Amino acid sequence: MENGFSSPRNDSFPAGLRVLVVDDDPTWLKILEKMLKKCSYEVTTCGLARDALNLLRERKVMSVDGETSRVMKGVQHGACDYLLKPIRMKELRNIWQHVFRKKIHEVRDIEILEGIESFQMTRNGSDQYEDGHFLCGEDLTSIKKRKDIESKHDEKDIGDNTSTKKARVVWSVELHQKFVKAVNQIGFDIPYSSLKRLSSMQKYRLYLSRLQKGNDFNNPVGMIKQSDSPLSDSVGSFGSQNSINLQPTDVSNGCYGFSGSSLVLHNVDPRSHDGDKKILVTTPVAEPKRGLTVDAPNPRKPRISQMECGHPLAPPRSEVNFATFDSSLTTKYPWCGIPEIRLKQEHNPLHFNDGFSHLPMPGQKQLTRADYRQPAPAISSAPSLTEREIGCPVKIKPSRNDYGSNASHVSSTASAVDSIPLQTKTNSTNHQVSSTSSMENQGLNMNCLTDVESSRKNINLGMPPLATLDEGLQVCFVPGDYYMNLGLQNIEFPEYFDPSLLTDVPIHLNDGLSCCKLKSDLRTSHSDALTGMALCPFYAHSA
Amino acid sequence: MDRKQLQHQLAYMRKSLFDQGYLDDQFNQLEDLQDEANPNFVEEVVTLFYSDSARFIQNIEQAMIKKPNIDFGKLDDYMHQFKGSSSSFGAKKVKKECSQFRECCSAGNIEGCIKTFQQLKQEHATLRRKLETYFQV
Repeated sequence: MENGFSSPRNDSFPAGLRVLVVDDDPTWLKILEKMLKKCSYEVTTCGLARDALNLLRERKVMSVDGETSRVMKGVQHGACDYLLKPIRMKELRNIWQHVFRKKIHEVRDIEILEGIESFQMTRNGSDQYEDGHFLCGEDLTSIKKRKDIESKHDEKDIGDNTSTKKARVVWSVELHQKFVKAVNQIGFDIPYSSLKRLSSMQKYRLYLSRLQKGNDFNNPVGMIKQSDSPLSDSVGSFGSQNSINLQPTDVSNGCYGFSGSSLVLHNVDPRSHDGDKKILVTTPVAEPKRGLTVDAPNPRKPRISQMECGHPLAPPRSEVNFATFDSSLTTKYPWCGIPEIRLKQEHNPLHFNDGFSHLPMPGQKQLTRADYRQPAPAISSAPSLTEREIGCPVKIKPSRNDYGSNASHVSSTASAVDSIPLQTKTNSTNHQVSSTSSMENQGLNMNCLTDVESSRKNINLGMPPLATLDEGLQVCFVPGDYYMNLGLQNIEFPEYFDPSLLTDVPIHLNDGLSCCKLKSDLRTSHSDALTGMALCPFYAHSA
Repeated sequence: MDRKQLQHQLAYMRKSLFDQGYLDDQFNQLEDLQDEANPNFVEEVVTLFYSDSARFIQNIEQAMIKKPNIDFGKLDDYMHQFKGSSSSFGAKKVKKECSQFRECCSAGNIEGCIKTFQQLKQEHATLRRKLETYFQV
């Protein structure tokens, strides 16, 4: 079986496209090398599939007889195309298109993010945050869901989701506490209906559904939409939080795919409303592009650095950790949907705030991310995601280490506030509002989905599948602190989501608002130098 | 022989190889790849194939004589590889025999496998001879 993968070395396609050819047959190796060279590609041949596999995540697979089973296997593992032997020159000439396509998507995502970011920035009038906020829409990377999520990546990634870099906390601790208090007061029985009506929530829902469609993974959830119910009110915070764990697969090159979908949180209403709740923060999730590897070595995702305000994102790859949220949790927390995007480098288990202790954390390991608070370290290998910590309503864990300054966790509820009328708790909402506004100020594009319904649905979806989620997409809501890493590929969701809430998490890959995209592939390939371009829709955008 | 005659002969040989079904279009593709930098590219490929195929044949033979139980799955795998290899330069007849062999394998037809394999070896050797002559021109 032959494998070939391409990774563009430069921007001028197709010439210079790097191709790795792996085949156990020396005859074919020779032929392919020649053919590819004729296409002006840069060829590397490898006779040992194992070695190549270690480096690659995606590859082109050719099979002599085109057996369906073989083809499927290839595609499942990330192949973006399947060529039958004998290979024709014209087929080879077209492989660059895959890479190009990916790149285009990546660019598009970046643009969207940037657009959002600028929007956010403008709104930061009275910004409570001084600098420390990171949030940037830029980091929003659309994470295309990878069709194939390798189990091995899963295991690996799930464990360590520490975001290396976290954006500085926007919320001040005080704010967070207030918010948490408010949220607690609100309770869980906040009607979501009101949230649903929120246009932003609708939009988010739409986005999510779009995402979902595009997602292959079985667990669409990631979204912590569950905030639906609880969020409806005060929380209003993130409708969905997805933590996407992206495994930095890129060994030699930066990004490799993690296919996670970034969950985009809609900011229901970024503008601080008059005392109502406000919103959400859209968390642009930077998705590590699967195909980033295509981009050749990206030791660090430039994107990420952008995302993080003030935090240089070191890791090239972003890991999106999806924390599987605990269904039971969702019920408890109204704001469950706080997506945390974190880069996961070495994941620090997410710790949920104490407040969330009651939230049963599902066994899913992935959830552990929820309490990852250390944003910074994760970035090293993974694209640093700007993290925005969203204070958990329950309590903000100060452990956010990387938050330089105040890691104020903005409770998801707070963030979700936005359009969700937090009438229930007027006081708290106020807090929330302020906090959210501060969040906004940060430029964090976190849109909390106030769409309770959708979040709920999402949560439900996420829950069950989370357990079985082989793909990286795991949404974990961090009951406690959640970090919203903008632009981080890792979005972590607190695990306390109530699965019932998630019926189907609409994961929108790309929302105009640059919501965080839920990454379907939690564990994005680890250390794959070349992400190649497989059909997998997710790709981290390494910019 | 003068150049023109050689060329003629070459063309004739080539044509007959194609007509007789020994080679298919892949061979053309390889010849297209041949250029000044690699004037003997096709020849190199074929040589590589034949040195490699000896290994294949040996593996298959060993697997076939294994008694009492012949591992058809393994045979199939070998043949799959062999088929791929032979298709690399357009060895049409050889490839056909490979497919046939694989069919016998999946049917568990030992007799058929043995017979087909003999044919395959024959085609394999014939093609080699012909190509050697061709390249000498």
